[in-house]
Amino acid sequence: MNKLRGKVAIVGAAYAGVGSLPGWSPLELLARASRQALDDAGLTMADVDGLCAATFYHFFPTLSVGEYLGIMPRWSNSDTVGGSSFLSHIEQAALAIEAGLCEVALIAYGSNARSSRDLNGLIETPETERPYNPMVPVSGYSLAASRYFQEYGATRKDLARVALSARKWAALNPDAELRAPVSLEDLLAAPMIASPFSKHDCCLVSDGGAAIVVTSAARAKQLQRPPVYVLGSASAHWHREIAQMPDLTKTAASVTGPAAIKAAGITHADIDVLQLYDAFTLNPLLFLEDLGFCKKGEAPGFVADGHIQPGGDLPVNTNGGGLCFAHPGAYGLFALIEGVTQLRAEAGQRQVQDAHIALVHGNGGTLSHQATTILGTEATLT
Amino acid sequence: MVEAIGPMAYFHQQLERGRFLIQRSKSSGKFVFYPRALEPGTGNDDLEWVQATGRGQIYACTTIYPRKRSPYNISIVELEEGPRLMTRVEDADPESLRIGMAVFARINKDTNQPQQSDPALLVFSVHPGSLVQEESR
Repeated sequence: MNKLRGKVAIVGAAYAGVGSLPGWSPLELLARASRQALDDAGLTMADVDGLCAATFYHFFPTLSVGEYLGIMPRWSNSDTVGGSSFLSHIEQAALAIEAGLCEVALIAYGSNARSSRDLNGLIETPETERPYNPMVPVSGYSLAASRYFQEYGATRKDLARVALSARKWAALNPDAELRAPVSLEDLLAAPMIASPFSKHDCCLVSDGGAAIVVTSAARAKQLQRPPVYVLGSASAHWHREIAQMPDLTKTAASVTGPAAIKAAGITHADIDVLQLYDAFTLNPLLFLEDLGFCKKGEAPGFVADGHIQPGGDLPVNTNGGGLCFAHPGAYGLFALIEGVTQLRAEAGQRQVQDAHIALVHGNGGTLSHQATTILGTEATLT
Repeated sequence: MVEAIGPMAYFHQQLERGRFLIQRSKSSGKFVFYPRALEPGTGNDDLEWVQATGRGQIYACTTIYPRKRSPYNISIVELEEGPRLMTRVEDADPESLRIGMAVFARINKDTNQPQQSDPALLVFSVHPGSLVQEESR
């Protein structure tokens, strides 16, 4: 257990404009989500004295967002490490709040990736790689998949089962984009984009904004919503580009998972629901293993046995994930919000019964930055 | 010790002259690629340039299927000296390539951008042969 366990809580959470919203800018979507998250918390813009943001469109995200929202924070952080940035932001915000540098931190994101087709900030291919025309970021993950297949005998069917589980969860989420039932055969019949991936192995490209409000445990208790406490977190990164990844089948989640679980003072068996950043179908397989829920090479069998799908004993990506719910360029904040929704028992048809501890795992770059956040209800503090 | 140009520019300059060089730390003996100012991890600043053997094997590979062009390969090749790099294995059906295959470096022109000034490009072949292709010299 570490000193930050239960010191801060998420007290407001919202997403806005998710799916296809042509004509809206990233900051406009971010602003709508921010207002909704503050409304959810029963707070106003004037209460915010800490700000975290990352987008693919702003060099100085907190400056642009602060100006747009009219927030003049006394502390801010725009750690930009890809889709997992927002899990890093929670960790930074917890430190800042605990140190008294701010009290109410807004963590916000917005993207019009679908409508603008602009993922410019994501793609910064170095000069030693650009001339080969890699399909960034897809090819980075498909290269990792080739290696995973080679080392563990996995097949496209193992990937398709991850997509199938996501689709089953999405069918229970009215906000999800891909809800129509499909068969394993349908998924496997799709043409390849970058072997071994077809479009069904790749996340959606969506528009959308998202925001959460984080404050001290003391302040959280005075607010209107049941606080969702941050029990533990950890971040690590080992590379930027895929060719420099030390082992393409093992991510830094193998460090952050155990570290976050230790910080939270829990064991794997205590975790009720997982949100694993599924930019590609490969990711949940790697993360189930690296976070310590399966041994290396055993995730395909674990998924085939139905553990992660609706009705399974280790529900994963209960909103349909980046594969079937939404993926507006960066998904980390949406994964966190689904963790909050489950712990508030507000997930409707997809609600996991008696969910008290959620593990949210974020991924940034090309399996590069890994961040794990463990969330718990009030009951987990005692 | 300040050279006229940095290690990345020097690498490309030598590639243009038909030489595939990689770096090695004199103290650790380990090879480094991509070209850097320091050995990663140790911070050693005693990197020297050595001729790469040009031999390696496919460590990971994928076939890209563009909408309007022929499929092509993207591979991560592990050099005989140890470092890995992103590249393309040419002269073979991309779908026939497999992890573990032996491959050989070539210095080629970038055929995807013929309108540009064609900088020298390091690619790989499944066929042994000299590093520099005739037509590109």
